[in-house]
Amino acid sequence: MKQFIIFIRKEFWHVFRDPKTMLLLFGMPIAQIVLFGFALTNEIKNVNIAIVDQSGDWAAQELIQKIQANRSFSQGLLLNSEAEVEEAFRQGKVKVAVMIPPNFGLDRRRTEGSQIQIIADASDPNTATTLTNYATAIIQDYQKSDLLPGQGPLQIETQTRMIYNPELKGATNFVPGVMALVLFLVGVLMTSVSIVREKETGTMEVLLVSPFNPILVIIAKAVPYFFLSLVNLTVILILSVLLMDMEIAGSLGLLYLSSALLILTALSLGLLISNSTASQQTAMLISLMAMLLPTVMLTGFMFPLENMPWPLQVISNIVPSKWYYIIVQAIMIKGQGLASVWREMLVLMGMTTVFLTLSIRKFKTRLA
Amino acid sequence: MEVVIKAEKLSKAFGDFIATNAISFEVYKGEIFGFLGANGAGKTTAIRMLCGLSKPSSGEATIAGFDIYRETESIKKNIGYMSQKFSLYEDLTVAENLRFYGGIYGLGRKELKEASEAVIKNLGLEQERKKLVSSLPLGWKQKLAFSVAIMHEPKLVFLDEPTGGVDPVTRRQFWDLIHQAAARGITVFVTTHYMDEAEYCDRISMMVDGEMKALDTPRNLKKQFGVDSMDAVFYEMARGAKRSD
Repeated sequence: MKQFIIFIRKEFWHVFRDPKTMLLLFGMPIAQIVLFGFALTNEIKNVNIAIVDQSGDWAAQELIQKIQANRSFSQGLLLNSEAEVEEAFRQGKVKVAVMIPPNFGLDRRRTEGSQIQIIADASDPNTATTLTNYATAIIQDYQKSDLLPGQGPLQIETQTRMIYNPELKGATNFVPGVMALVLFLVGVLMTSVSIVREKETGTMEVLLVSPFNPILVIIAKAVPYFFLSLVNLTVILILSVLLMDMEIAGSLGLLYLSSALLILTALSLGLLISNSTASQQTAMLISLMAMLLPTVMLTGFMFPLENMPWPLQVISNIVPSKWYYIIVQAIMIKGQGLASVWREMLVLMGMTTVFLTLSIRKFKTRLA
Repeated sequence: MEVVIKAEKLSKAFGDFIATNAISFEVYKGEIFGFLGANGAGKTTAIRMLCGLSKPSSGEATIAGFDIYRETESIKKNIGYMSQKFSLYEDLTVAENLRFYGGIYGLGRKELKEASEAVIKNLGLEQERKKLVSSLPLGWKQKLAFSVAIMHEPKLVFLDEPTGGVDPVTRRQFWDLIHQAAARGITVFVTTHYMDEAEYCDRISMMVDGEMKALDTPRNLKKQFGVDSMDAVFYEMARGAKRSD
């Protein structure tokens, strides 16, 4: 046991002495949170909108004011003709335009009604759809307030409630995603390099000749990264609560427990890679190339898994981050307990057991 | 005399290639045993079998009285090993390397402190104890690696080409360390291909194409071949070799 602690202490020295490791370990989560939080946001705010008012009556004025007051849109570029709108689109000045037809104020009270045209720049289809939805919502809202008492057709009203995330904050989507991505990748990368490094420098031979138990070499290698990953998780959580106004709805203890489980899965996969390769470069390449893309694509936080062709959906089941992402969403955002996430946790446990068994088997106590 | 290594018809084959072919020899306590041969002669394979890094294909051997098939754990406690590759941690300081290796060999706190101090004093590394090993010159690193390998006072230490790439002065100092260790009763099993170093050994064996072609004191070998240097002995022996680069 004393030898084991000595070994772990040595592993910590390795980590703290290597600026690259430290940067990767702590720089990556911070960079990710800041990137996703401030730069790569999919919330739409202050979009430039063009408004053409061909009627010039007070009803149109009221509608324009409503649009301008909405925080999704900027003050609005007031234009006079369709030609000017086209020009504004071409120059990229606006993303969306609203055309109010002549006689809007009068026509809106007639049975034929009045038609407002919304034009959107669909070079980015997702943004275009969102913008037209926003504009339509504002117009419908106006229509409702515009009805005279007791007048107007019977209509079905839809009431939309955005549960778990009523403010539609982007953070609720990306924080669990970043956690799933960062904790997993950092874990795999760090451990995959660590054993190979000893093989490369020749110290592994000396360790194998020593009375130190070879299985403990594997475990001791993983211990520092386990604790540092937990520190990492704490940094991510603090950043998201303080900077992103995230709330942690469920139990913090359960969140840490399930994160510890994901970290273990990542570390055991890293050890497996480490035991199957001969050089640090190969180990790094495998853990980056083979892990990065599937983790980013198939975890479900960038691209919804439900829309993928079924072979990809099947493959996504072997991506550990996918299961963890489900767990984190359930605990952190929906505030659910162990009862709703135990299946996913079992999957992670199973994966860890498989990886660990394989890597202990692959670890050669004799070199040839 | 106490026998520390006893090998009998020890062989190792990799597929069709017989790296080490039925070598038999004995090494005695306190002896400096030189294990010579050209590159590819089977030296490293033999040394790896003896320290338990590699399983022999056939043959018997005991190290410090322990069987190399069944009692590897006991063997590990009684040997030291310095590999061909330089085997200290470059990103750890001199003192930390000593603490780590002493620690995994199970030295107690007090023993560890005494042993570390002795190494540092013996090598004159008082100023460097808190420096990273990567900042030391190669010769010092190798002397330190050797001292680390015998820090737990093993019965036997294996040195696999310990002086590769070192200047002659440092090599001389390195051999002084080896003689000091042998005088303390540590048996030294050393491979080298520097023939001048063979002169420093008590007895040497010559490996040619995986077989042990000669085993005697340097003086007797020179007499046997009628030459005046080990270089010439080696040349005479290696002339018939098929495997060399």
